Amino acid sequence: MMRRLAEGGAIDRSQERTVVVNGVSYQGYAGDTVASALLANGLIAVGASSVFGRVRGVVSAGGEEPNALVQVTAPWSEPLVAATLLELPEQALEVSLLPGLRGRLAGDDEQRHDHHHAHCDLLVIGAGRSGHAAAAAAVAEGRRVILAERDFRPIELAGDEAIALPRTTALGSYDDNFVTLVERVSPVRRRLWHVRAGEVVLATGAYERPLVFPGNDLPGVMLAGALRTYLERFAVAAERPAVFCNNDRGLEVARLLGAAVIDLRAGRTVVGVEDAGEDGLSVLVAPLEAPADIERIECDVLGVSGGFDPVLDLHLHRGGRVRWHEGRACFVPDGALPRQRIVGAAAGEGLPAVQAHWLLPGDESQAFVDLHRDVTVAELRRAVGAGLQSIEHVKRYTLIATGADQGRTAKTNATAIAAQLLGSGVAEVGSSTTRPPVEPISFAALAGRARGERFDPVRTTPIHPWHVDRGAVFEDVGQWKRPRYYPRDGEQMDAAVLRECAAVRGGVGMMDASTLGKIDIQGPDAAEFLNRLYTNAYDTLKVGRCRYGLMCRADGMVFDDGVVSRVADDRFFATTTTGGAAVVLDWMEEWLQTEWPQLRVWLTSVTEQWATVAVVGPRSREVLAAVVPGVDLSAEAFPFMSFVDTAVAGADAHVSRISFSGELAYEVSVPGTRGLELWAALWSAGEPHGVTAYGTETMHVLRAEKGYPIVGQDTDGTVTPIDLGMDWIVSKTKPFVGSRSLRRPDTMRPDRKQLVGLLPDDPALRLDEGAQVVLDPNLRAPVPMAGHVTSSYDSAALGRTFALALVRGGRDRIGHSLYVSQSGVTARATVVEPVLVDPQGARRDG
Amino acid sequence: MAELRRGGSLSQLGLRVMAGGDAAGRVERLLGVPLPQSPNTVREGVLWLGPDEWLIVGRPEDEPRLREVLAGEGAAVELSSNRVSLELSGPQAPDVLASCCSLDLHGDAFPTGRCAQTLVAGAPVIIERVDDRPGFRLLVRPSLAMYVESWLADGIVGLA
Repeated sequence: MMRRLAEGGAIDRSQERTVVVNGVSYQGYAGDTVASALLANGLIAVGASSVFGRVRGVVSAGGEEPNALVQVTAPWSEPLVAATLLELPEQALEVSLLPGLRGRLAGDDEQRHDHHHAHCDLLVIGAGRSGHAAAAAAVAEGRRVILAERDFRPIELAGDEAIALPRTTALGSYDDNFVTLVERVSPVRRRLWHVRAGEVVLATGAYERPLVFPGNDLPGVMLAGALRTYLERFAVAAERPAVFCNNDRGLEVARLLGAAVIDLRAGRTVVGVEDAGEDGLSVLVAPLEAPADIERIECDVLGVSGGFDPVLDLHLHRGGRVRWHEGRACFVPDGALPRQRIVGAAAGEGLPAVQAHWLLPGDESQAFVDLHRDVTVAELRRAVGAGLQSIEHVKRYTLIATGADQGRTAKTNATAIAAQLLGSGVAEVGSSTTRPPVEPISFAALAGRARGERFDPVRTTPIHPWHVDRGAVFEDVGQWKRPRYYPRDGEQMDAAVLRECAAVRGGVGMMDASTLGKIDIQGPDAAEFLNRLYTNAYDTLKVGRCRYGLMCRADGMVFDDGVVSRVADDRFFATTTTGGAAVVLDWMEEWLQTEWPQLRVWLTSVTEQWATVAVVGPRSREVLAAVVPGVDLSAEAFPFMSFVDTAVAGADAHVSRISFSGELAYEVSVPGTRGLELWAALWSAGEPHGVTAYGTETMHVLRAEKGYPIVGQDTDGTVTPIDLGMDWIVSKTKPFVGSRSLRRPDTMRPDRKQLVGLLPDDPALRLDEGAQVVLDPNLRAPVPMAGHVTSSYDSAALGRTFALALVRGGRDRIGHSLYVSQSGVTARATVVEPVLVDPQGARRDG
Repeated sequence: MAELRRGGSLSQLGLRVMAGGDAAGRVERLLGVPLPQSPNTVREGVLWLGPDEWLIVGRPEDEPRLREVLAGEGAAVELSSNRVSLELSGPQAPDVLASCCSLDLHGDAFPTGRCAQTLVAGAPVIIERVDDRPGFRLLVRPSLAMYVESWLADGIVGLA
């Protein structure tokens, strides 16, 4: 049993600390870890192992710990934390042991975590002797230095441009010297550092490795170096230690502790360990050559040392190479990555010579290779016997090195033993891949402050406050918050949308259309440029007029749509879909820069320069007349698809006659800063006419009643303009992006999916958007799919439900029935033309 | 210590023209300032945004005048409503930004007179270092201004 010594160590005996383990309080000191406090209180066992339920104990004093992983329950919540790294905070720390090492994810983590982006000339990982020296030298040269150390001891590093980070673990290393660190700012708070470093120094040291022998998993069998650390740093020691080793470093520890020695190099090995209860451990020692010739050594703890493994996670994350060092029996770096250095023990410097005996005599089913995953030599032998030769396969078969400890104490032993069983060399077998993160990190820490209202960028229009004030229900459209509908007392969405639709077609409605993407296109070749991108022509568009346009990708599939206005001979103003704004601009720029650099055209996003309000409905002309008194709004003077530049509410305004509903309609744009005033002016002008605000849902219904598709809802990247029934907008005389693809046999097949309308037999049944269309409801599965429903609504104008659908050979099926399968019901519907309201277009001019 | 405030209205003009060409020369004569040629630098209210792209901020020129001197050899667009300005200053201003912006804003790497197009908390911004307090001006899409302000204000609270 181990005990706290009366003096010595780097603990502060004047500051008592408390750790509560499974409800029982133990006393420790400032400077203790949970593990050292447990050992000082005579506890060594930490719970049952993951597969066999064997009692296990603390093995290490650092980040390689396979057994002593605990669940922190207060004052914060965190699963699978290494007790050997967890310092005792000022407040009482509550942890529970984890039988089977199954951590429990905490509930909602309300802690405030943060991120920090940092740039430096030099990033040093590890503040041991070599790391500190590298950092101090760079600070002396005036370089910007960050020194990160996993341990909590204070770091001395003075300099204006120096940042020393104790309690900080490097989690992962990525291209171009980008390294992530997690800093424990306080016991409960984490800060995730994103560091971009000119140079990286890895001074991560080496982990001692256990020996693999029968009974090596009993509590009390610990790493020899850990015994030294517990003595020197924490003043915790056993009365009767023993040491089993194959190198001089182990021997040094034995001398320091006054321990009995079993030295493999002298031909002696351990063939078993027995639990002697209060008396500690009874170690069965025998000559390597005569394993039955047993003598017993009684001890409290058995320190083991099988050599040392440089800690190279960060080198390996980037695909850094390693080589097997025969004399020291470990993988050492085979050169460093560009702009990186590996120093000290991590580079293999100063590690002792090791005389390795990988397969020791004795019961292999009691000799553990991976304590965390509970894997024995017997299982390794079974894996190799099953024909597995690659260490990656052995890893997946046995689960060695897949635990939360990442197999730090297991990997090299597993590789070497597998090599021996395969009759090949360790270097040939190699090591399994190492991946970030180096230690578990919570999603809350990864999220940092990006949660709740700061989770993702939120975009609102200048008119947003009015929508909020009127109780609009918002919908996310990309990052935009758009009013979906404006419920009146207690109204559900369906009722509100029917009311809004009826108000627009029966009178006048207003909608905030500011989110539409807007692009200013200037230059002498602007018309030619648009001719090449849109399916229809723009060189024939007169100044003052607008034209609806479709864009295809090179494969001929519809990509985006919008309205293009010709502002001047050499200037156009194009709108895009709300979601497509950035993509369309990028698409245009790409063609300009890569294919047509000779065109003199310049593009500018003006989405937010303009706020836009749609005024829609038979009474929209009267509303508009009140705000632009000097403008002749008659259908003759201001025809459909034209615009005028004027002033509204004292602001420069661009007024277009464009309709997305089939009704007489105007879109009024003013500079964004004046958007709210524009809305207010139109609203007061509309009030005498009973104007109604409507949202995106009503907009969708109104356009669907007219068979206007929404790109991305009624199309899915496999739909051509012809499939949409929009042949009229596809030029036969000029080439455009996608035009050749439209003449491919496949895009001309008559049985392609085409956009049609559907009227369910039951006029109250609203089909599910996305529901599959079939031609025969009585077939057995698999039933051939004939298409799917893309849009489906209840219509105030029709007094019934309707839908749009993409149906194989759909236009030839107009007038016929088909079936829609949804939620276990098969509904019959009739295929109709997609334009259901005002097919003659009589309402367009009011 | 850091302070955040919303800047007043700011006239902005987008300019696209080939650097070093005749049209650029005419623009420079109109502005009375050479267009900065060094990437991500600012000169008397003219921000370099790309090899043929500048943003003219807080100057008296207007779109028609610029279009006239460009004479079809470039583009000018009125953009005063396209971005609003947020002003962040004080000794800890770089730390506030470091929590949500991956650029190196150290005085040596990003001195006064430098600008950059980057992301702040995932939102596109043009960031300009205006003085050595240090002070930064963030030109943000108006639609994203509340969101970015929320991030910066929260970052200031977090440092307190």
